[in-house]
Amino acid sequence: MAKLNMVQAINQALRLEMKRNDNIILLGEDVGVDGGVFRVTDGLLQEFGDQRVIDTPLAESVLIGASLGLGMYGFRPVVEIQFSGFIYPGFNQLISHVARLRNRTRGSLSCPIVVRSPYGGGIRALEHHSESMEALFAHIPGLKVVIPSSPSQAKGLLTSSMRDPDPVIFLEPLRLYRAIKEDVPDEDFAIPLGKAKIVQSGKDVTVISYGAMLWVTQKAIAQIGYKYGVELIDLQTIKPLDVETIIASVKKTGRCVIVHEAPRSFGVGAEIVSQINEKALYDLHAPVERVAGFDTIVPYYKNELKYIPSEERIIAAIEKVMEGI
Amino acid sequence: MPRKKIAEFSIDYLQVMDEGGVVDQSLMPNISDAQITEFYRYMVLGRVFDEKLFSLQRQGRIGTFPQAKGQEAANLGAIACLKKDDWLVPSYREYAGLLYRGVPLSRFILVFSGDERGNSHPETYRCLPYCIPIGSQLPHAVGIALGMKLKKEKNVALVFMGDGATSEGDFHEALNFAGVFKVPCIFVCQNNQYAISTPISKQTSSQTIAQKGIAYGIPSIKVDGNDIFAVYAAAQEAVSRAREGNGPSLIEAFTYRLCDHTTSDDSKKYRSQEEIAQWEVKNPIARLRKFLESKKIWTEAQEAKLLEECSIKIESAIKEAEDLGIPPLDHMFGYMYQEMDQQLNEQFHYSKKFEGK
Repeated sequence: MAKLNMVQAINQALRLEMKRNDNIILLGEDVGVDGGVFRVTDGLLQEFGDQRVIDTPLAESVLIGASLGLGMYGFRPVVEIQFSGFIYPGFNQLISHVARLRNRTRGSLSCPIVVRSPYGGGIRALEHHSESMEALFAHIPGLKVVIPSSPSQAKGLLTSSMRDPDPVIFLEPLRLYRAIKEDVPDEDFAIPLGKAKIVQSGKDVTVISYGAMLWVTQKAIAQIGYKYGVELIDLQTIKPLDVETIIASVKKTGRCVIVHEAPRSFGVGAEIVSQINEKALYDLHAPVERVAGFDTIVPYYKNELKYIPSEERIIAAIEKVMEGI
Repeated sequence: MPRKKIAEFSIDYLQVMDEGGVVDQSLMPNISDAQITEFYRYMVLGRVFDEKLFSLQRQGRIGTFPQAKGQEAANLGAIACLKKDDWLVPSYREYAGLLYRGVPLSRFILVFSGDERGNSHPETYRCLPYCIPIGSQLPHAVGIALGMKLKKEKNVALVFMGDGATSEGDFHEALNFAGVFKVPCIFVCQNNQYAISTPISKQTSSQTIAQKGIAYGIPSIKVDGNDIFAVYAAAQEAVSRAREGNGPSLIEAFTYRLCDHTTSDDSKKYRSQEEIAQWEVKNPIARLRKFLESKKIWTEAQEAKLLEECSIKIESAIKEAEDLGIPPLDHMFGYMYQEMDQQLNEQFHYSKKFEGK
């Protein structure tokens, strides 16, 4: 057990899994000699050599497309896209091929690749470095989408992603890369995909979040203290969504607040509201609230924190669903 | 500080057999008469198949179908150089070559009649399914080739594209990547001079497509794509280069589609009858037949027998495909992931309630 930040925990997950499985290869821009611009892959080139840690040309489409070829040829490519804002040249490969290969070959070929990418705001970055576009990927049939909220969770979820038979988009919240350290077990371990985590139990209101927003949500809950019994759910996997855990909780509490950094409309929150509508509408005591980014371009950093959900906005939403109690 | 020339490039053009079927023996690759006859048989099978599927589409028995008439030599000549363990990554105008590779006729009929089962088990023939988004298959071939190199195998990957694909980013990304890593990948561009209606002059201002490979450090050549021997010779050279660990190659096979883009297209809108007639004369099948007849290894009787055999094979493949019926509904849901998740499972059961309604 050592105290690690998320960057170190991901590095450890990669190292352990590369030791365990010779078919894992890392590809990306600056992942080798430089160890990644965030140092996530630091030391791996030295340990595993340039046949397994491959610095590539600056070309996201061929990076993802070639990973499909490698994946169907028996490898398990783990691709780093330097920032999720630069994934779009490779989007065609994801939607037109990576997501479809198993289906269109009737299960004969598969594409077990992991596309890792830092995402989200809150670090005063340049334009194009702060967006949260997880809903785009979650909307594509054939992909899985995973977002960790802590170092040990990142390790366990990435390990599962690297063992998954299907393509996984693994989004790493930039804001959490070095913000928190926690005890992470030294050995490899896997947190199953498709399962949400109940961070704390409560009987009054279900609050659902993931990634960096989980921490802001926790602070908000701490501020309102023991006023309400809050059940906090960390999705961990965006797709497939753990609807069962969500519905069981909402049936118990009758109230729900969803917090995410991504734009408000057509997003993960909207999907959760739909699921609640279909499966737990008559258990609700109040309309479900979404606390989200806005349907705007993420502003440059002077206004960034006005875009990202704040503790105040989260508290206001909780108070709103608790009104009349 | 002089200004001086620091690099100089040139592009070769290769033709081995002229339009009259006369061969330049000094350039002729080493191929047995039996193998040449085999090439011819599959080119004819491809052509008859092509025409048959066109009529099936007109009868409403299959959906939209892209024909490949006129391009039989450009694809078969290259595919003939592959070994069993190599991988082939097609575009969608390579029937003659794919049939030569061993892909069963019924698979194409299934695909074009709306049944994914035509794409199953591509590993049997080491040939990926066709690829519709233009040029997006090139990175896959590069990845497979990189895999071959990392596994220290002697195999190669061969990938097809049309002239339109050379304007796509994936063409440039793939060639660049292949050049940097020196992967055993052979890029074959069937330049049929039109991307639907867009002529090559509006696709690029490069004098050749081949020269685009030079920019990525890739040996490149332009060949007469209607000359099976030129395509074969260039592909042999490229395949040997790749197998020996000397990296990728680009072949521009200059050809012409003697048909519309697909059954939904009408090429009369953008091509003159005179132009089409000129290219009919250069027909790769007629040209090879002249060669075979001049060598006295092909007769009128053999031709008639071959055409009959082709028809029988195709009819039986149509029956095989049509007998399979409609794919079961669980295929639609069951192959999304290795395991169906809860949401998909719910949707599957919901859709079953409406099956047949």
